[in-house]
Amino acid sequence: MRRAALAAVALAALGAAAAAWAQSAGGDARRPGSAFMSRETQAMQRDDKANPGMLSVLEGEELWKAPAGPAGRSCASCHGADAASMDGVAARHPAFDPARGEAIDLAGRIAQCREESQGAPAPRREGRELLALTTFVAHRSRGARVSTGEDARLAPTIEAGRRLWQARLGQLNLSCAQCHDDNAGMKLGASTIPEAHPTGYPIYRLEWQDIGSLQRRIRGCLTGVRAEPFAYGAPEYVALEAFLMDRARGMEMETPGVRP
Amino acid sequence: MSRALVSVPPRARRGEVVEIRAMVQHEMETGFRPLPQGGFVPRLILRRFECDYDGATVFAADLHPAISANPYIAFRLRATRSGELVFRWIDDRGAVREERAAIEVA
Amino acid sequence: MILRAPSRRLLLAGGLALAAAPFPARATPEAARAAMRAFAGGAEPRRGRVELDIPTLVENGNAVPTVVRVDSPMTEEDHVVEIALFNERNPLPDIARFHLGPRCGEAWVSTRIRLGDTQTVHALARMKDGSVWAASAELIVTLPACIEG
Repeated sequence: MRRAALAAVALAALGAAAAAWAQSAGGDARRPGSAFMSRETQAMQRDDKANPGMLSVLEGEELWKAPAGPAGRSCASCHGADAASMDGVAARHPAFDPARGEAIDLAGRIAQCREESQGAPAPRREGRELLALTTFVAHRSRGARVSTGEDARLAPTIEAGRRLWQARLGQLNLSCAQCHDDNAGMKLGASTIPEAHPTGYPIYRLEWQDIGSLQRRIRGCLTGVRAEPFAYGAPEYVALEAFLMDRARGMEMETPGVRP
Repeated sequence: MSRALVSVPPRARRGEVVEIRAMVQHEMETGFRPLPQGGFVPRLILRRFECDYDGATVFAADLHPAISANPYIAFRLRATRSGELVFRWIDDRGAVREERAAIEVA
Repeated sequence: MILRAPSRRLLLAGGLALAAAPFPARATPEAARAAMRAFAGGAEPRRGRVELDIPTLVENGNAVPTVVRVDSPMTEEDHVVEIALFNERNPLPDIARFHLGPRCGEAWVSTRIRLGDTQTVHALARMKDGSVWAASAELIVTLPACIEG
């Protein structure tokens, strides 16, 4: 009984924190996932010396400066050691890649550069190297406003993402929208259902005890509704990411986010 | 090599108590994670953390598998003399990871 | 929805939570008491002087922010020698032991711990004079609703 009472008080406090956030956001009712977290997890994200995602930023910075491929070129050789040229780049991905005539996500763009410009082996999706580089690059966008979708050439991809978002999937026959649009802010078990704004990716997820991509996070939802997950890097994930980033347009990037 | 992030104030007054924070990349494999074919993933954790400053080990910790992955430890320290803090993490196999940070005491 | 202790995971509406493999073995309150007795080394732990700051409702048991503060002047004559954390329901009762001394200036440590279940966590501090002081906290461990299969 006592535990139940404690939990009720703590859950009420979480709700109040989310409500306070909504009021301070000045008219924009959209709330990032961090607004739904406990005070302790918010503090962990806010403090760069406590945010475990910063270890991946550090790892990515080392990789950025390290030569790769037969020519011994590093990312820094072209883009500069401080990577200032990467500021805001994550906030506009997925982006339209004119050479391929299709949308490409940030990790895909980095993998492409590694393979085609550096001649290095293609880094594995969700592998340490690509995650660390993506986190390092995305960290340079912290505080930038999401702008994906301003490029009209991305419209068909965003539309494909919207259709996927609304499609009922899996043995539970649930769509993304049924949870994250219709029931955002409500409880699923003890967790609050967030609005699914991908402003903190790659995130350090306590459940993973590691850094991971939005594709891995969506994969978690897909297996949750007992659907067959797409392969990492699949165009379906890129479309969903493009739709969600367009939906989060104007919100602030917070990479590396910490999530429960 | 794993990455470490330590936080030491660059400057302090003599006698001032400052906060020291240290975080290091490590999976802290508990030894209790079952393998699909039976048995468990072998345990590999950082079992010891030490901080040396001004001629002595001023803080240490014995860690068990219940310490989270990428261990984070913060503690307080009285600033006595300008110099280097040496942080040391030691794993189950005896491998040592060291990190250093300077403090200026006036 | 409220957790009913001692279940590790909620059975959720819609069956969204997939059960994870259970721990192979468990500490018990008795094992925790034995570990604490060994730490106290004959002294009778007294309530007080130790403050254990840990969330009541834990979002994820993989990283629970935990702070221990002990009321001590931290002088050569009177200081905290060791702080230990124990739990009652992980595979092992020990969490960590922190070795302090007068050069710490303040008896304060902060870390992140793993808690496999809703349970009670204990913090014990041994002083230079051999006396042992204790605090404990009951907490509820919840998990994200969608666990990867």
